[in-house]
Parts: sequence; C-alpha cells; structure tokens
Amino acid sequence: MLKVNDINVYYGSIHAIKGVSFEVHQGEVVTLIGANGAGKSTILQTVSGLLRSKTGSVEFLGENLGNVAPHKIVAKGLAHVPEGRRVFLQMTVEENLEMGAFTRPGSEVDSGIADVYKRFPRLEERRRQIAGTLSGGEQQMLAMGRALMSKPQLLMLDEPSMGLAPLLVEQIFEIIKELHKAGTTILLVEQNAQMALSVADRGYVLETGKIVTTGTGAELLNDDAVKKAYLGA
Amino acid sequence: MEFLSYLISGISLGSVYAIIALGYTMVYGIAKMLNFAHGDVIMIGGYISFCAMSYLNFPGWLALILAMVVCTALGVVIEGLAYRPLREATSLAVLITAIGVSYFLQNSALLIWGATPKVFSPIVEGTQNIGGLSVSNISLLTMAACIVIMVVLTLFTSKTKMGKAMRACSEDKGAAQLMGINVNRTISTTFAIGSALAAVAGVLMCSAYPTLMPTTGSMPGIKAFTAAVFGGIGSIPGAFLGGILLGIIEALAKAYLSTQLSNSIVFAVLIIVLLVRPAGLLGKYVPEKV
Repeated sequence: MLKVNDINVYYGSIHAIKGVSFEVHQGEVVTLIGANGAGKSTILQTVSGLLRSKTGSVEFLGENLGNVAPHKIVAKGLAHVPEGRRVFLQMTVEENLEMGAFTRPGSEVDSGIADVYKRFPRLEERRRQIAGTLSGGEQQMLAMGRALMSKPQLLMLDEPSMGLAPLLVEQIFEIIKELHKAGTTILLVEQNAQMALSVADRGYVLETGKIVTTGTGAELLNDDAVKKAYLGA
Repeated sequence: MEFLSYLISGISLGSVYAIIALGYTMVYGIAKMLNFAHGDVIMIGGYISFCAMSYLNFPGWLALILAMVVCTALGVVIEGLAYRPLREATSLAVLITAIGVSYFLQNSALLIWGATPKVFSPIVEGTQNIGGLSVSNISLLTMAACIVIMVVLTLFTSKTKMGKAMRACSEDKGAAQLMGINVNRTISTTFAIGSALAAVAGVLMCSAYPTLMPTTGSMPGIKAFTAAVFGGIGSIPGAFLGGILLGIIEALAKAYLSTQLSNSIVFAVLIIVLLVRPAGLLGKYVPEKV
C-alpha cells in the first residue's frame, strides 16, 4: 500500500534521513520506533508531503507522491495525525471534525461525525467545547477522530502516547487495536517501543536517520539489541 | 444635541475605519502578516470609482462594484506576486515587502492620475433629519454597510466550510494542510475579501471626505490598523469595535480638545489600552494544554 524507497531528507545542511526504505501492506499495523531525534516524525512528514526527499520515492497505492501537494495527498486516502496532536485549539470539537472531512463531500460529514462519536463518546459530550479546553487525552482522541473523518486507507499516527498518563496511553492503544481490527492500515511512530511493538504486525528500528533492524512485532520485542536500547531490559 | 452630532460623525468615521480594519484583521489572522499596502488598495478603489463615475458616467453603485472587482483582482495579484514567494521567509522580509508594495501603489497612482487632488462626487447625496439632527445619507450608508459587512463576515467564518478552513489556516497551516485544505488558495481568498472591503471603504470614505490623492489611503490605513490592534488583531468583532471606538475618540477629540492633537490623542489611547490589555479589547489568549 505504502512503499517508501531510499528517501534522503535534509533540514538545510543537516542530513536527517539517510536512505530509508520500508513498506506498509494493506491491513497491517507497522511501527517505526527509535529514540528522540532518530527521524521518525521527519519520515511521516515526508510521506504526507510537508517535507520533500531529495532522492528515491514515496509510493502510495501505486502512485508516486513526490510532486503531489500535501492537501491533495489527504484526498488520496492518507491521513496523518501529527506529533503534538495539533488540533485547532480555538475551534470547537465538532468544527475540528468537520475540518477533518474537508476533502469529503458535504453529505458524508454528519455520518462521519456520528461514527467518530460512537468510537469516542467523550468527544460527543464535549462537542460544543473549544478544543483548547480539552485534556491531553481528549485532544489525542480528537486528533485521531479528525483524521478518521477523511475516511483514510492508511492512518499515520505520530507519537499518540506522548505526554499522556499511563492509563490514557493504554486507552489510546486499545483504540489502535480496534481500528486495526476494523481493517484500517496503520503506520505508527512511537517512542514507547514496548506498547508499539505489542500492537504492531511489523516494526522498523530507526537510529539517527537509518533503519538498523526490522522484524515482526514479537521478534523485535525479543531482540536483545532492541531490548537493551528501547525496552530498558 | 451638539454632542450627539459629533458622536454620529464619529461613528460614521469609525465605520470606515472598521471596514478597513476588518480587511486588515482577516489578512493578519489568516496569513499572519501585516499588509501595509491595504490602505493603498483603498486609494486605488477610490480612483477606480472616481474614473468610472467621471469618465464613464457610471452610476454610484456600479462604480462601487467596479472598484470592488478591480481591487479584488489587485489583492489576489499582490498576494500571488509579492507575498506568496515569501511564505517561508521571516516576517520582517514580508513586512518590508508590504511597505514596498504600498509605495509601488502610491507611485503608480501618482503616475496614472497625477498629484493634483481629484474632487470625488459622493455616491449618494442629501441628508436625513432624525429627531432634529441632520445626518448625511452617506453617513447612514457607511454605518449600515459596516454592520452588514461585520455580520456577514462573522457568519462566513463561523458557518461556511471556506470560512472555517480560514480559521483552521489561521491557527496552524501545517495541520490545515493535513486536513486537505489548500492553504495558498485560502490565503488568496482572504486577500480577495480584504481587498473588496478596502474598495468599499475607499468609495465610502471618499464620498464623505471628497479629496482623492495618491496618499489618501495611507493615514486611514494606519488608523485602521491601529483600530484592529485596539480591538484585538485577528478578531472580527474586535476590528469592528476598535474601528467604531477609534472614530468616536477621534471625532470627540477634534470637537472638544484639539484638531491638531486629535491623532496624537487617538494613538495615546491605543497605547494605554495595550498597556492594560496587551491582546487588545477582544483579543483572546487560549492556553495550550499538554
């Protein structure tokens, strides 16, 4: 479904991503794990077109996204929940969800919102509230619900557990499992390697802009090097 | 009685400031830039309607529409040529460019229409007698236009898809793109709306104060910017309130204190308000949660 082939991304003269390649297949949960600054978010931003690679290609459903504007990539079925959630803090919960459906025809908006409320009942309770007044966990739910509004074929989640209390982290991962069960393909970026690998079909370990190890979630959970570096064992 | 008539002339002047300030605040809110050329678009709007009425014998309303069309196109072209290439540049570079565009427009007007002031004929004439007060029709039209524009803009940004997309872009352009919003087109639309409003302000202002020169737009432009900051820049009701208050303060200062010092008094009030409320009267601060 998503095929990233030998991308190199620079911030000015800093070579942030060095020849990274990976694939995500239909129906999978794939995770990119790695320390802070390894380049995980940079990769997602390159896939969604906010950053550009100097070489290689990003192919989604067989189409090269290299020259497609970011706002058009969304319409192709690729939704990105950015790091730090970035919900529209001065807009209401419901308006945030409407923005998520920006690329969809107007007739789908109401049913989409109803679906999101079914998955996140908390958001329905707060539908008229300004997003800035929500708690961190609620904002994460809103960010995920907003992304689901575009009816994505591939959902990219950037650090959904960041800054959340352990109980909320579990709740977020429960939701990821549910989405997976419902057939959504997910590319998950996480620092919380333990949690990420436990829900992922496959994972890639990223170190300073390069992929150093890959395997199934279970394999990586038991990999000695991964254990030592990321699981604190 | 005297006080009331000063008050009405203040509200009328303030309505012009408010219409200009609404354009300023829309553009600032969405593009996060101060378009210092906004005042000069007002002047261009004035000249276009002047030419339409004097040389083509257009009726006032048609001249107004022509001015709006030309200014809308002008706003979109200015944004596309001068500001869009600087989207990633520092805000200082954009600010200096805006000042450059302002001089460019003033000097173009000087070249086309000359330095001699034109005498603008009001688009509506006559006065109404309201409870013993004589109020000019152009004042009434200006106040009505201001209220209609404020209400329409408020509904537009709170109810329509494009209006909500503008608010989304205003908060976070990156996240807006991830929603599938075309940020460039949204900014362009904002400039179109702001410039159309500038044309309306230009025609109404020249109808009330009928001297038209290449520099006609700069002082009202700066005052309207002040009004927008006064009310809370980025806020639509804020621009409205700021504009009206500024007009009233200016008119009353002229009437009771000093004509020469009226501008200084206006700006002194701005400084005091900003000292007490740094975000302006209706500017809001939303805390960020983690």
